[in-house]
Amino acid sequence: MSVLVFVEPADGVLRKPAFEAMSYGSRLAAAQNMQAYAVCLDESVPEDSLKQLGAYGAVKVLHDRSACFRPFDAQVFARAVRAAAEAVQARIIVLSLTYNGRALGPLLSAHMQAGLVTGAIDFPETNGEVFRIRKNVFGGKAIATVEVATAVKIIALMPNAVAPVRGEGVAEVETFTSGLQESDRRMRLTGVNKVSGKVALSDAEIVVSAGRGMKGPENWGMIEELAEVLGAATACSRPVADVHWRPHEEHVGQTGLAIRPNLYIAVGISGAIQHLAGVNGSKVIVVINKDPEAPFFKAADYGIVGDAFEVVPALTRALRRFKAGEMTFN
Amino acid sequence: MKILVCISKTPDTTSRIAFTDNNSRFDTDKVQFIINPYDEWYALVRAVELKEATGAEVTLIHVGPADGDAILRKALAIGGDRAVRVDADPADAYFVASQIAAFVRSDPHDLILTGKETIDYNGSQVGGMLAGLLDYPFVSLASRLDVAGNLVTLERDISGGKEILEVPLPVVVSCAKGMAEQRIPNMRGIMAARTKPLTVMTAHPADPLTRMVAFELPQTKQGVKLISPDQPEELVRLLHVEAKVI
Ligand SMILES: Cc1cc2nc3c(=O)[nH]c(=O)nc-3n(C[C@H](O)[C@H](O)[C@H](O)COP(=O)(O)OP(=O)(O)OC[C@H]3O[C@@H](n4cnc5c(N)ncnc54)[C@H](O)[C@@H]3O)c2cc1C
Ligand SMILES: Nc1ncnc2c1ncn2[C@@H]1O[C@H](COP(=O)(O)O)[C@@H](O)[C@H]1O
Repeated sequence: MSVLVFVEPADGVLRKPAFEAMSYGSRLAAAQNMQAYAVCLDESVPEDSLKQLGAYGAVKVLHDRSACFRPFDAQVFARAVRAAAEAVQARIIVLSLTYNGRALGPLLSAHMQAGLVTGAIDFPETNGEVFRIRKNVFGGKAIATVEVATAVKIIALMPNAVAPVRGEGVAEVETFTSGLQESDRRMRLTGVNKVSGKVALSDAEIVVSAGRGMKGPENWGMIEELAEVLGAATACSRPVADVHWRPHEEHVGQTGLAIRPNLYIAVGISGAIQHLAGVNGSKVIVVINKDPEAPFFKAADYGIVGDAFEVVPALTRALRRFKAGEMTFN
Repeated sequence: MKILVCISKTPDTTSRIAFTDNNSRFDTDKVQFIINPYDEWYALVRAVELKEATGAEVTLIHVGPADGDAILRKALAIGGDRAVRVDADPADAYFVASQIAAFVRSDPHDLILTGKETIDYNGSQVGGMLAGLLDYPFVSLASRLDVAGNLVTLERDISGGKEILEVPLPVVVSCAKGMAEQRIPNMRGIMAARTKPLTVMTAHPADPLTRMVAFELPQTKQGVKLISPDQPEELVRLLHVEAKVI
């Protein structure tokens, strides 16, 4: 019996979501006296990078190099992961709740009749047959404990919720043939639009976000500059996306993207409950708003009451000096 | 073309979040229920647009007790042709998906639309499970959808961008922002909805796979630390030394 972790690279490279899922899965396996395996369905990932999963606790990586896994067809992936899970007699399957993970998890659950928890934020609590795990609900306004009663359990881990732990070790990489073929894929990719050169919002560790307080799209330069010095992604409130000041991909909140960066800086956003629902999982929140009564201050760790048009450029200048090593703290 | 839109019911976004029965159940006292925004603004409105453009037929389905009828009437007012309610407690996503799958097997639909997720339990599960049960292709988080003959063109969110795909019908699609714009039902729609068919069906036998057993509220913040607007260096220092995030 084992724990199987689905590792998903981005552009052929394993990144943080994969390492998070792997170290989560191997810690689970250790607690239950099981082995931790990984499965990778991307032929472009070099064997050497897959071996590195050993440092996150993987004993062995099953690698299916079939070309049928590109582009992503969730049904094809679910069938292949199921084949891998059966090959290693997995009792628990772990994946990261990425865009693709949101499609893969439920399909796998239906195929295997295995209970699924999407957006788990913690390690499970186990006691005999009882298996309980916590997840965010109501857009982060509450936490639910979900009990999974099926023999096989699937955990779709919330990105950024559990930090990866890197140790020593090299995983064995084994060629795996799930038996899926090009003819199983029912979709055809006709184009990709990548927002290049910018940090992807869903994976960003730092996010700089702005709202209606910016007055108009022409004033976003200072927001982008602040994001640039911090290596941050940019986001916005819903009304700003609705009037097309910003692309709708940037809209965060209850009806937009839910994010959990380490640092969320909100500029000229009032902090309506629907906005908070998408960002209150952030570790640290900084609010810049000229209105001391803005509700966002109640959800913030640090705040500056002031005019964004003065505060933001000054903060950017200070950060530039900090990044250049010109600031020392005692 | 027959389009099925899966409609769920969620507490109004401004509802007070509180729990009852020893924190085992969401407290519905004084809570207003609405159509889940993803289902209403994106899935339903896009289905109605396709109906207006191609003459497609739009069926709505909801799994839940009788108070869901008000939600279905509103969805009919926005433009659905007929509605089905499976009269059962929506125990978990797998149970809900099993009900919808049983309906589709008895009454086939070509294009099945769900929302990206319900905004209460944030499952993001029903659409994928339904596709799994029916063995239909599944496209998640679609922000654009067009149909030409038997072929559906979709744009879907991927990390750092969008992907454009072609999939033949039948297909299950989960709908995200961008697919359509919210519509407010007009008087004519509301009047017409009163006489549109709403069928109540009994549940198909199925067992849930998971159960929510307890709820808690997150720890509240310590309180905001205010920094003077003319001291941005102090904020930089706090973020570096105290919060350790830069
Ligand atoms: C069903 C539903 C779902 C919703 N979903 C979302 C969602 O997902 N995401 C979302 O964001 N919203 C959502 N909303 C909208 C939400 O209720 C708010 O209307 C919205 O978040 C407000 O955006 P804002 O803070 O940018 O604008 P406003 O509320 O207008 O706030 C602007 C802020 O800027 C400040 N300001 C003005 N000038 C300056 C200055 N010079 N310097 C500094 N500060 C300044 C003001 O003091 C004010 O606090 C939803 C609403 C509903 C009903
Ligand atoms: N009880 C329900 N009845 C009908 N459709 C539902 C129900 N619950 C969820 N759905 C659909 O499935 C989508 C995803 O829901 P969830 O998996 O609960 O996040 C929703 O946006 C709805 O379209």
